Amino acid sequence: MIEVRNLTKHYGDKHAVNDISFTVEDGEILGFLGPNGAGKSTTMNMLTGYISSTSGQALINGVDILENPIQAKSYIGYLPELPPLYLDMTVKGYLNYIYDLKKCKLPRKAHLNEVMALCKVLDVKERIIKNLSKGYKQRVGLAQALIGNPPVLILDEPTVGLDPKQILEIRTLIKKLGKNHTVILSSHILSEIQAVCDRIIIINHGQIAAHDTTDNLSKNVSTDHRVIARIAGPREEIVKKLRNITGIKYCRADMEREEGVYEYELEAKAGQDIRYELFEILRENNWPLLSLKSAEMTLEDVFLKITMGEGLVIEQPAEQNDSDGAAADAQTADETEEKKEEEA
Amino acid sequence: MGAIYRREVGAFFTSSIAYIFLAVFWIFLGYFFYATSLVAATTDMSGMFQSMFLICVILIPVLTMRLFSEEKKQKTEQGLLTAPVSLGEIVFGKYFAAVTLYTIALSMVFVYAVIMSGFGQVEWGIVFSNFLALLLLGMAFISVGVFLSALNENQIAAFILTFIALMALYMIDVIKNLVKVEWLADLLGVLSFYNKYYAITCGLFNVSTVVFYLSVAFVFNYLTIRIFERRRWS
Ligand SMILES: Nc1ncnc2c1ncn2[C@@H]1O[C@H](COP(=O)(O)OP(=O)(O)OP(=O)(O)O)[C@@H](O)[C@H]1O
Ligand SMILES: [Mg+2]
Repeated sequence: MIEVRNLTKHYGDKHAVNDISFTVEDGEILGFLGPNGAGKSTTMNMLTGYISSTSGQALINGVDILENPIQAKSYIGYLPELPPLYLDMTVKGYLNYIYDLKKCKLPRKAHLNEVMALCKVLDVKERIIKNLSKGYKQRVGLAQALIGNPPVLILDEPTVGLDPKQILEIRTLIKKLGKNHTVILSSHILSEIQAVCDRIIIINHGQIAAHDTTDNLSKNVSTDHRVIARIAGPREEIVKKLRNITGIKYCRADMEREEGVYEYELEAKAGQDIRYELFEILRENNWPLLSLKSAEMTLEDVFLKITMGEGLVIEQPAEQNDSDGAAADAQTADETEEKKEEEA
Repeated sequence: MGAIYRREVGAFFTSSIAYIFLAVFWIFLGYFFYATSLVAATTDMSGMFQSMFLICVILIPVLTMRLFSEEKKQKTEQGLLTAPVSLGEIVFGKYFAAVTLYTIALSMVFVYAVIMSGFGQVEWGIVFSNFLALLLLGMAFISVGVFLSALNENQIAAFILTFIALMALYMIDVIKNLVKVEWLADLLGVLSFYNKYYAITCGLFNVSTVVFYLSVAFVFNYLTIRIFERRRWS
């Protein structure tokens, strides 16, 4: 069990983490979600005793990480953002070293083999870590965290660098481990958190922006009914007509997909189905409907809404590759917000 | 501590620092042995030991430069600092790994002494006390090197700074002879590494000297621990 109370970390004037509180029960998987620089790694570093907190408290199985660090650390398996691998060692040699470092009492050979099998590194156990691919290094990093079978697992972006098949396998593994461990994992990938975690904390600018069970967050999301229609015809007129549909929340034209064909995004108010009336209007005006697909609001949208909708802007959207995509999405989300304001 | 110590001793050999260190150390030891004992045709080895002081100033930085700087650079430090071990175990594990390698290098003097014994009477008492003098000196020097390695992410920077620091310790004696102010000269005499070392190699062995070198080793290892505590709280 992990208890975090008012945890805060300042670097000079910079508030990397600001007054975060939550608990994770035994057998629960908590997901940390947030854009680059949100404070996920900083929080994890405080939980594992790598850095101290400016104020606040973190208890691991009831033991304060700063008051009794050695005991608290013995409960934790930690996979940091960059796995702490000694590149000159073989996988087996390294894991043996970790076994000794953690003063592990389990039967050495059987335990190491079990962990290596779980993380699928048995076939590279004699290889020098330096020569492994990034995905394999990540798996050795995960193996290192699992040695000694600690009751608490803290995993900072555990699936980074893995191929799609491996991502699925590691997710399944984490889910399995979650049954009898306390797990915190961080990620930028929403579907991953959604698939693995029982509860989600969305963290932004060092603060908790949302905290709920995965089910609740997903439920909120799916009540919104959105469709994307591809219609051939005059853009302005179509938008004007479609905005008259009863129960519509907003309508806006998107990109031109084909010559004279635009995509329109329509959102209905909760519980309304606008598709019949949409069809009627298009038939009356003789505008061919080329495609219609439902655009259920994804957790992604919720995430972007929560982290950026309130006029907050991410400081450095171009800090990492994947943030480019996020920034583009953010723009759409912002536009959506604007449109809504226009409507109101 | 055992795990860190064993990994570090292993790393000395995989990084080939051990081979470089041992080879260069033994070459110089052999050269001074040849120059002071064989050429001078005596069985008195003290000349060899006096020359070794300077060799330690140059070679001990090689031994210690990597110890913490490399951990920081490769980000493995995070694994150490989040493992259920104390900072003392981490620092002393690394410290004793370096001391072990240094002791292996130093033990060669007994091989030379055995060779000498084929030519004449070896003063085993002198050999032992000289061995001890070099060992104590090395233990103090290594602690300084470990400390400076913890302050630097770059191992070359750690090497240069350690070399300068050890050179400064060597120079205390020279400065002492130049200083005219009496109390300052006395103070420098107390701090001098060289005169204590020299005294032992001449067979003047006393407890306060042993305490001095061991205290220096203790103080610098303690300071290294403090660095990590400070860094965590920053
Ligand atoms: N040692 C430090 N000194 C100053 N600022 C720091 C330090 N470490 C982190 N920060 C700042 O704290 C904030 C939070 O960083 P953190 O690494 O926790 O983000 P993150 O959520 O893990 O991001 P990412 O998704 O990129 O891994 C960032 O703005 C970062 O610049
Ligand atoms: Mg991070």
